[in-house]
Amino acid sequence: MIRTILIDDEPLARSIVREYLQAYSDFEIIDECSNGYEGIKAIHQHKPDLIFLDVQMPKITGFEMLELLDDMPHVIFTTAYDEYAMKAFESMATDYLLKPFSKERFDKAITKLRGLKQNNHSVALSSIDLGKIRVRQPEEESRIVVREGGNIRIIPATDIFAIEAYDDYVKIFTRDEYFLKKKTLSYFEEVLPSTEFIRTHRSHLIQIKYIARIESYEKNNHVVLLTNERKVPLSRSGYVKLKEMLGI
Amino acid sequence: MILINSSWKKYLLIASAWWLFWVIIVTLVIHRLGWPWRVSAADASLFMASQLIAVSIIRNTHKFYHTNAKNISYRIVYLFVIALIVNTVFRWISPLLLSTYNSYGTFLSASFPVRFVFSLLMIALLDVMFWLSYFTKEQESQEKRKKEIETLFKDAELARLHLQLQPHFLFNSLNSISALTGKQPEEARKMIQQLSDFLRGTIKKGDQQLVSMGEELHHIELYLDIEKVRFGDRLKTDIRNEKGTENLLLPSLLLQPIVENAIKFGLYNTTGEVAITICATIEKENLLINIRNPFDSGSDSPHRGTGFGLNSIQRRLYLLYARNDLLNTHCENGTFTTSLLIPQQK
Repeated sequence: MIRTILIDDEPLARSIVREYLQAYSDFEIIDECSNGYEGIKAIHQHKPDLIFLDVQMPKITGFEMLELLDDMPHVIFTTAYDEYAMKAFESMATDYLLKPFSKERFDKAITKLRGLKQNNHSVALSSIDLGKIRVRQPEEESRIVVREGGNIRIIPATDIFAIEAYDDYVKIFTRDEYFLKKKTLSYFEEVLPSTEFIRTHRSHLIQIKYIARIESYEKNNHVVLLTNERKVPLSRSGYVKLKEMLGI
Repeated sequence: MILINSSWKKYLLIASAWWLFWVIIVTLVIHRLGWPWRVSAADASLFMASQLIAVSIIRNTHKFYHTNAKNISYRIVYLFVIALIVNTVFRWISPLLLSTYNSYGTFLSASFPVRFVFSLLMIALLDVMFWLSYFTKEQESQEKRKKEIETLFKDAELARLHLQLQPHFLFNSLNSISALTGKQPEEARKMIQQLSDFLRGTIKKGDQQLVSMGEELHHIELYLDIEKVRFGDRLKTDIRNEKGTENLLLPSLLLQPIVENAIKFGLYNTTGEVAITICATIEKENLLINIRNPFDSGSDSPHRGTGFGLNSIQRRLYLLYARNDLLNTHCENGTFTTSLLIPQQK
């Protein structure tokens, strides 16, 4: 039995997948969700083999939802996005279906899934850095979605003070808190607006507007003091870059 | 300057008068130097005729060769050479015609420098006038071209902003129809009808600049009905328009992207039910439209989305009314309001 969850905010969009799937007796729909929050909960609870996932959904996008998962099921995207945008996901997702899709196209996706399962080829999405092949959404330049215990937090980019590399993770600092996320610092350096954020050090990225002052504690050695009194090291090249950006 | 705007006839008249004026002056000057009237007049006419040749030469070169600040020194040399040639030719020809007087040759030699300077000044003056005339004409045509390009660009831009239909909307609607076809064919047929009416309205309105509020609201209702099929119970709408607003005019297809934005913003920012309110009122004889959608300020920065999708509308309003203050947004108590003021022509 292939246990399946449908995640789409449009009821009719879910119903067509349900209808097409009726032809397959070895597929069982164990849950339907209308947004990414419900999706994460359901995936944690049911540990499905396959999800049908829409991209544009309330609160968080389908991509952002995938980022928050520990165990990755097989994913078939169902979306009205253009083909070009979805091509980038081909290697990560089992398949993608462009709405509206035919029964024949749907069958092809199922066949592809069966092939992958037979070869015991797990997609292992978690090992791929989603960001590297990512088609950037406008939302992602302005926010970071993180998991905090059982909850999901959306942090607006404007609230981020600094980001620090931390083994395989990064620590995202707001004024009073920090959050962990499995991503690279380079990813955030690339995604966040380069006019607002600066890499001051190999393992530090800070938001320029939260700089309180630059202190030198030895000759040629500097630290940045943020407005929440956090100290961030400043490498020599970071110092040069920062001076250039601030025009001093 | 007189030369520029006059017709060719007028130009010829003025040129002849100018020429004749100088013939008289030169005749008077030569007569005062002691020469008989007949000789003075003949000399003056011949001299001024030679000047005419010089002028026609420089006038024609203006058609092919345009002076600017860089090569002005070449131009001066050129004028100098022309004046010299013309006067030398005159110096040779005039004794043949007026050879009855012995001392005339001496007079010609003595007056050569004066004639040369006169001639140089005269053609220099005319050369400047020709240049000014050419320059002004060129500038006028450049201005005209610039205006034409601007108009073309504006039209093209307006047309483009006009038909900014979201492909997402179309494909998702088609997907809904596809889903309905199997189990609720009647509903599917109805939605195809709604979608067709909506698309027809969009295409038709592409041609006209201004439509009535009543017409635009009908178009919006079609759009909202389609969205309601897609999103089911999650989407609620409330349209209120003050009496008298239905006949007021607004740029076509301006409201739809704002409503689209409100729906997108409302639906994708909250997980619950979304109520969209559209409210049209008359404000000092102008049309004021408020579009409200719920906004979850807890999870998102309030700055985000302020300009989201509204830039093209702002641009269109600017192109049509040359004003930047017609579109405003604000966010309060979990409600995001977009206000649109449409000036009415009296």
